[in-house]
Amino acid sequence: MGLTAPAAVEAQTPPALVGPAPVDVKLQVNGRTFPLKIEPRVTLLDALRERLGLTGSKKGCDQGQCGACTVLVDGRRVNACLTLAIATAGKAVTTVEGLARGGRLHTVQQAFIDNDAFQCGYCTPGQICSAVGLIAEGRARSDAQIRESMSGNICRCGAYTNIVKAVNAAARA
Amino acid sequence: MRPFSYARASTEQGAFAILAQTAHGAYLAGGTNLIDLIKLNVAQPDGVVDINALPLAAIETTPAGELRIGALARMSDTADHPAVRSAAPGVAQALELSASAQLRNMASIGGNVLQRTRCVYFRDTSQPCNKRRPGSGCSAIGGDDRKMAILGANDLCIAVHPSDFAVAMLLVDATIHLRGPAGERAAPFLGFHRLPDDPSRDTNIQPGELITALSFVPSPLTRNSAYIKVRDRASYEFALVSAAVALDVTGGTIRDARVGLGGVAYAPWRARAAEAVLIGNPPSRDLFTAAAEAELRAAVPQRLNRFKIRMAKNAMIRALTMVGAPA
Repeated sequence: MGLTAPAAVEAQTPPALVGPAPVDVKLQVNGRTFPLKIEPRVTLLDALRERLGLTGSKKGCDQGQCGACTVLVDGRRVNACLTLAIATAGKAVTTVEGLARGGRLHTVQQAFIDNDAFQCGYCTPGQICSAVGLIAEGRARSDAQIRESMSGNICRCGAYTNIVKAVNAAARA
Repeated sequence: MRPFSYARASTEQGAFAILAQTAHGAYLAGGTNLIDLIKLNVAQPDGVVDINALPLAAIETTPAGELRIGALARMSDTADHPAVRSAAPGVAQALELSASAQLRNMASIGGNVLQRTRCVYFRDTSQPCNKRRPGSGCSAIGGDDRKMAILGANDLCIAVHPSDFAVAMLLVDATIHLRGPAGERAAPFLGFHRLPDDPSRDTNIQPGELITALSFVPSPLTRNSAYIKVRDRASYEFALVSAAVALDVTGGTIRDARVGLGGVAYAPWRARAAEAVLIGNPPSRDLFTAAAEAELRAAVPQRLNRFKIRMAKNAMIRALTMVGAPA
């Protein structure tokens, strides 16, 4: 059932209630461990953008309605705006900044460029992370399935046609 | 968003104990509804007890032949599970038609049935709302009522229950399993959601209780089920109208039937009037139409949502046609 998760890190289990003042939390992002002091109410999205300087993940609606904040947690695509950072301690977070390997773009990133799958680019990091998750889930079997499975990522420029092409290309690369 | 404290529970007893240390704390599962409501200041817990480490995510068939879906099973994993897909296709379809892939990866089954209405006035703390602030009035009545209920509402609240999954679970005569500081209990899922006598209470869950599982016994009825959903856009949207149906057709006669409606009612809606018309008769387009007419006779539309009556009838007829194979 589900996807194979990357090796989980030992959870920093708080024995009882901590906060609401800032507390020590270790986040594992893109293969590195970052010790942070944050309030329990801080979302993963805000921790990534405001504390770690990883501004690839975007804050569109901040309500789970646009998908611009999509990241991978233990290999599964989720909305970082509806995830508490503290709740991801011990899990592996991957953002768009962590997809390239050794100076080479991830297959999905390259496919978005090759297929002109964006205009303004604001939703693109979320689209790409979502597509990486979709392909891992094995849901790229048809254009219709890609469209349905990418529906959690809104593109106000309307680049959908080429996004579907890019996801198709990456899934078959 | 108000500040809150946080704890990660590793046992159910630990979760109860930690929650008891809060004044008005909340359990955190997938967080897709709770964190959203906290940001809107609609939910203002002083403490959040993360229950995701509890061993409640399994989907399994018990020795007694019951299919048991753990409360922390995610919507995506539940929809993909072969046992769920074969035991109740309508349940899997309802899950697949819900939310987005990201939200389905996060949201738990227990949280799904506890999710609050998406009524715009409930979500706007500047507006009166009997569900959010009892006694303050209902802004939806006489307001933007296009998406509101036509069944099961009253003059206190006309909000719609947003869950697709909960409607589909009416097809399978599900049992809901709960555990709390006072012990554990099981109850019929039908009746878990309340009608708006007190709109602030969506369900009969008791303070401190956790949902541990939902279960049902697969049968020829549940295996012949379907769910269809009509909405303003093709995906990633709540239902304007949805229909869940299950039929046991043997020897050319409908031996048993379950019909549910979503998007039109205050609570997940069991269409008993429609079922009564169906049972004992051979499936036909005319019978399905009569069943739909019978159920929607009780509908009370608001100013902007009269269209839901016909839309609900058509959705029900279409879904029945999918599983009824009428001549």
